[in-house]
Amino acid sequence: MNNDRPERTVTTTEVTKEYLTFTLGDEEYGIDILKVQEIRGYDAVTRIANAPNFIKGVINMRGIIVPILDMRLKFNLGQVEYNEFTVVIILNVAERVVGIVVDGVSDVIALKRSQIRPAPEFGALMDTAYIDGLTTLEQRMVIMVDIEKLITSSEMGLVESVRSELA
Amino acid sequence: MTIDMTRFYQVFFDEAGEHLAAMEDLLLELDVSAPDLETLNAIFRAAHSIKGGAGTFGFNDMAEVTHVLETLLDCLRKQELQPTVEMVDTFLRAGDVLKAQLAAHQEGREYADVRIAEVCAHLEQLSTLAPTSPANHRFALAPQVKKPPPMTRWHISFRADAIDFQPGADIAALRDVLAELGQVDWLSADDAELCVWRLTTNAGQEAIIETFAFVCDPACLTISFDDGELHPPAHQTAQDDPGFGFFTDAPGSDHLKQVTEDEAGFGFFADAPGTAYFAHHAADAKEDAAGFGFFAGAPGSEQVADQEHHGYGLFGGSPGMATVAAIAQQERTETAQGYGFFERRQPLEPTDVAAVATPPVAPAAVRPAATAADAKRAAPADTSIRVSVEKVDQLINLVGELVITHAMLAESASGLEPLAHEQIFDGLANLERNSRDLQQAVMSIRMLPISFVFNRFPRVVRDTAAKLGKQVALKLLGEDTELDKGLIERLADPLNHLVRNSIDHGIEQPQQRVASGKPEMGEITLRASHQGGSVVVEVRDDGAGLNRDKLLAKAAQQGIALPDNPSDKDVWQLIFHAGFSTADKITDISGRGVGMDVVRRNIEAMNGRVDIDSEPGHGTRITIRLPLTLAILDGLSVRMGDEMFILPLTAIQESIQPTRDQFMTVAGKGRLARVNGDYLPLVMLREVFALDAPPLRDEDGILVVVDTTEGRIALLIDELVAQHQVVIKSLETNYRKVEGISGATIMGDGRVALILDVDALARLNRRAE
Repeated sequence: MNNDRPERTVTTTEVTKEYLTFTLGDEEYGIDILKVQEIRGYDAVTRIANAPNFIKGVINMRGIIVPILDMRLKFNLGQVEYNEFTVVIILNVAERVVGIVVDGVSDVIALKRSQIRPAPEFGALMDTAYIDGLTTLEQRMVIMVDIEKLITSSEMGLVESVRSELA
Repeated sequence: MTIDMTRFYQVFFDEAGEHLAAMEDLLLELDVSAPDLETLNAIFRAAHSIKGGAGTFGFNDMAEVTHVLETLLDCLRKQELQPTVEMVDTFLRAGDVLKAQLAAHQEGREYADVRIAEVCAHLEQLSTLAPTSPANHRFALAPQVKKPPPMTRWHISFRADAIDFQPGADIAALRDVLAELGQVDWLSADDAELCVWRLTTNAGQEAIIETFAFVCDPACLTISFDDGELHPPAHQTAQDDPGFGFFTDAPGSDHLKQVTEDEAGFGFFADAPGTAYFAHHAADAKEDAAGFGFFAGAPGSEQVADQEHHGYGLFGGSPGMATVAAIAQQERTETAQGYGFFERRQPLEPTDVAAVATPPVAPAAVRPAATAADAKRAAPADTSIRVSVEKVDQLINLVGELVITHAMLAESASGLEPLAHEQIFDGLANLERNSRDLQQAVMSIRMLPISFVFNRFPRVVRDTAAKLGKQVALKLLGEDTELDKGLIERLADPLNHLVRNSIDHGIEQPQQRVASGKPEMGEITLRASHQGGSVVVEVRDDGAGLNRDKLLAKAAQQGIALPDNPSDKDVWQLIFHAGFSTADKITDISGRGVGMDVVRRNIEAMNGRVDIDSEPGHGTRITIRLPLTLAILDGLSVRMGDEMFILPLTAIQESIQPTRDQFMTVAGKGRLARVNGDYLPLVMLREVFALDAPPLRDEDGILVVVDTTEGRIALLIDELVAQHQVVIKSLETNYRKVEGISGATIMGDGRVALILDVDALARLNRRAE
């Protein structure tokens, strides 16, 4: 698996990257599979007081305390009851281990860069800064998310520097 | 000859550091009025060992200082001079100079400072007071840099049977080695029991001794000479001599064959009766950074080559291999520094690195200090290893996981019928015991006795007191108390501040003490002990105590707010304010008002607390209370709704079942709890953590009174569950800091529980009001 962007020459064959796709409600999302550490079922979390609502709490993953975020709540897709299909994707981004709760994991897909189309501007409706682009998979639209950018962003409040908005 | 000496430097640095520390301890212990000869001897030995090592490794600047030091010490131990306080002070200063030199060498620099010359001059001046004693040849092996004598004639005699190798080979080998130093004449017959050689050389005596020391017991060696001139250390001589030839002349074989030649131009020759020799050619020798040649000289003992991991020469010596053994021996002799691994008894086992320094023969008289040091060098290497703290922490984590896994197993098994599954239950019980033991053992790896910090204080007290013209005795108690290594390192600075403060501000001048009916000599006590789950370190002096009026006046002057009728405790806490100093003048010891503030911060950063008791005229006691380790916390698990929290045990003062009338409000919202007549701020943890649990009447909960930096507060919780020792995990690793929470831990059922930070809770509460 090669992480490098292909050279901009005619002769270079484009390098494909693998993405893990998951569902949140009716929407399908894709993230770079290299950021995924493991996938596990949803366990009871320990709540953290005064945290934003999308931070479910922390779990013990083999001795490491890992915060769990609910992507549905983060993307304002409404709350859903957790069931046996609810999974937690454990990510390893920016030297942090973070879990995200998603409705279900669907597939691993290989995509060339050219297959990912830029997302249109939604204006003030939503911030597209974390959306890498869109792709089509068997007539379904998959939203490619730059998960590292999203997790480390200030609005996630995972990084110490942004305390004010949580108060 | 290119031997990579640097790999042995660290051994010397460690060892010299130890010797310096030992010397300092002994000097401080020395009673000048009634010197103990044993102590003086021990000091002398320490100095001598440093000198020997420094000379060997070519640190001539250190060797020079130790030589001067040693000369004076020698006069003392021979009782030609009486020790004086001045001498001890000078010795200590010399020790400091040596430490500085050592540190400089460690960084690959040379320490150049006028202090060296000053101290040497002072030492020399002190020793001239002694009747000039003839140079003690037995010890005067120092690399005094004087002009080497052109040629000296040495008579060397030794018993051949003292050398436990095949005599023919060995003696011949020895002679050849010596021949490198100069011309060797045999005065005795080849097979005589007592060998007498005459060596005409420009090398020094120590070069000869070094040569012999690796072959035989130096005690059996007599070297006489008619010239006391000294010479740079042996290895210099050796290094300057290009092209060594190693020859061995075994019985039954007169022919010599050149086996190999390495880059440095050595020729190694081996020939043993009935053995074909195996040359692991120049290629082998070159692979090895140090440029040694490796030989195995027994039929079929090719595998010796496999042992060459460290780049030393390892030699296999099966029967009939004595010749090869002798070559090995020669090589070691040649290098004269303790290179060359040689194992005669277990020829095919790789030799441990630690064995380098231990000569195969018993250490003995000719170089007593040096050989003793060699032996000592090996010992600690055998009994301890250096491991990075990270690895230990990883181990602690893993064991923690094991304990949790066990708890989960036990939980799943609890539904089983005990009689039908007896074996499972037995197994689980065993597992529990073993994993607890394992956890304890692993935890203890991080523990060190507090003497690691305490040991520096005799010197601190002595220096500080001397500077201030005070007389202070230091008492150390409970030095064996163990605590976490991380804490030990961080405890040193605060303690140093406290001790210096005590001497500067606490202990009075001698005449003042006498005037107030106290002994002239002040006393500072450092005491460490375990109390429950924490370590208590006390710094107590019998000085003047804190002056309440002075502190209050100063506080008023600096505009520090105080209650109208401040308790003593409130007043004493003033000294922890940043910038607060009652010292009339700023000295280099204290008075800037920074110290105590830093002390408190440091201690609090370690989850500890500092308390002060003081009685005017009788002294001050500062108590530091620390958790045993940074990794473990003694806590009480408390339940609120469905959530478990951990409350640090050290903070808890009492817990009570409240009644309705104990809760009250001020101005309708500020909540208070009355506990034993005191009104304490009440923190409703359910509200702080916004728990959406079914409501609970206040009086159905439990009030826990905790001590915080903001004063005492009462916490209202649902239920006290159990006492635990919990492993502290950081929330910040993957998340961020949470207000009111100091960390997290993993409970027996695998769930995460948050650890409450009572100080932060008190602050939060104050802010909310």
